[in-house]
Amino acid sequence: MKNAIRLSSAGAMAVRILFAAVAAFPIVFMLVSSLKPDQQIFGDMSSVAAFLPIGNISLDNYAAVFDRVPAARFLINSIGVSAITVVLGIFINSLCAFALSRMQVRGKRLVFTAILATLIVPFQTLALPLVWWVNQLPYFELNGFSLEISKGWLDTYQVQIIPFIANAFSIYLYHQYFESIPKELDEAARIDGAGWFKIYRQVVMPLAGPATATVAILTFLPAWNSYLWPLMVVQSEELRPVMIGIQYFFQLNVSWGEVMAYASLITVPVVVLFIAFQRSFINSIASSGVKG
Amino acid sequence: MTTTQLPTPRHAAAPGPVAPVPSVAPHRRRPGYLREQVSGWGMIAPAAVLLLAFVFLPAILGFGLAFTNARLISPRPVEFVGTDNFARLFTDPTFWRALLNVSYFAVVVVPVQSCLALAMALLINKKFRGVNFFRTIYFLPVVTSMVVVSLLWLFMYRKDGLINEILSTVSFGLIEGADWLNDPATAMPAIIALSIWQAAGFHMIIWLAGLQSISGELYEAAQLDGASRWHRFRYVTWPGLKHTRSLVLVTITIQALGLFDQVSVMTQGGPLDSTTTIIYEAVRSGFKQQETSYASAISLVFFVLVLLISAVQRYLTREKD
Repeated sequence: MKNAIRLSSAGAMAVRILFAAVAAFPIVFMLVSSLKPDQQIFGDMSSVAAFLPIGNISLDNYAAVFDRVPAARFLINSIGVSAITVVLGIFINSLCAFALSRMQVRGKRLVFTAILATLIVPFQTLALPLVWWVNQLPYFELNGFSLEISKGWLDTYQVQIIPFIANAFSIYLYHQYFESIPKELDEAARIDGAGWFKIYRQVVMPLAGPATATVAILTFLPAWNSYLWPLMVVQSEELRPVMIGIQYFFQLNVSWGEVMAYASLITVPVVVLFIAFQRSFINSIASSGVKG
Repeated sequence: MTTTQLPTPRHAAAPGPVAPVPSVAPHRRRPGYLREQVSGWGMIAPAAVLLLAFVFLPAILGFGLAFTNARLISPRPVEFVGTDNFARLFTDPTFWRALLNVSYFAVVVVPVQSCLALAMALLINKKFRGVNFFRTIYFLPVVTSMVVVSLLWLFMYRKDGLINEILSTVSFGLIEGADWLNDPATAMPAIIALSIWQAAGFHMIIWLAGLQSISGELYEAAQLDGASRWHRFRYVTWPGLKHTRSLVLVTITIQALGLFDQVSVMTQGGPLDSTTTIIYEAVRSGFKQQETSYASAISLVFFVLVLLISAVQRYLTREKD
């Protein structure tokens, strides 16, 4: 009996290791290949050397990435767009959820229902009409002292940010979380003469850390990974985010080692973030489950 | 504003763990009522306006544009053309091919990915040394963007690439690998494999959350009754995962129908339309050919499909008691 249990747990461990090998081998291959010249990548392919950083190892491929395309610019664009989307998203969505959850605003039930209804519309359904729509929107530009108005948001930074700030799912998550914070806290603060915004900022938000972490991660990942949208709305090289940048880089017929270097460059930061905030990542994915 | 007779009982009935008790008689406004309305709407407004502008309006517009001849950039005014776009769509063999391709993709990916994800979740549900290590590794593909994954696998799927080398090594040279992405017969299976590889970890987490919501006492009781491991899975775990199950099925199906990134990076719908998808066709017509109206019609069909699928799955997994 005991032997049988030991055997089955050894079997389970073997399966775990097999799964881990399948999950990890492409990523290890990518990282290792990014350090090798093409000739060696292909030479190592038929042996375990494909997964080991041995032989002619250098950072030449990384240097080439920055030489050939403005990769630093693409990185800064993506970092900026994601960061602004995350920060504004946290602010605007939590503010909305605060009023819907903790204030007695007339008509809030209707508003909340309408917000939740948008969850059934996948972004792919909206994307094409949205391209047409943002191209009709006015664009204000301050040129010296005169305000210039032109039509169309295509090929700008704001078209990569503004449509993605408000998010029904973030509002929902904050709303759920706020409901679990005792409302007596608000009452007490109001007796002390605090206004609603002060209650939001100094009472409720400091207690909503876990919800903010979840919303930050669930906003950051799609912003960093976004591809379909910038593919359609961004043309200029200097406005491209990393995912469009890497596809463009690939089409230049560069060496595979260089493509792997670029791929590692935009993957490793997210992996490091994930390992650092693993618990929050796992929790946010688990909470995104309730979306269905 | 409204009269004082419109009172607050509806607010008082609002759900929530701590329902606020109205501190004044219902026919009189509390002090600060107006201020609460103004600040409340002020706080709701930014998100509400953005959602209105970038979700509601485009959704309605998309519906409307599908019945017009709108182009992305055109000097001519938009005209109503009735169901012309749909007539063209339903007689377009590429569209039917795209529909067939995503169905093929979904029919394979939905069961395989959900089972693999459940297996992974069961493997790491117990506490044992190194559980965090395995969870991290299983989740790594999920934090890798689909564009990077597609380029990486594009490299590995070459005729002289890593996949064929591995196949040849483990079969002692018996299997001669295909030219995966350039053969209409193997291109879609190749995309299916990498898609499952990338997304299984995501659904593993959702299964895991479901598994952890099942009470440990149930397992103890089953064990006392001498239930075998299979019986514990069959009569405790499986019924306990009912909600998670329908959730995983719906999300994987909708993701499968929306297939785009992999195709756009790896095959551009080819070879011979064997990997084209609904969204890929929508982008091709709406963006590359600037036919917003036709693309809106495709998007609308996609949306109806998504609604149908979730309705069917909700019906199949409804509460039966």
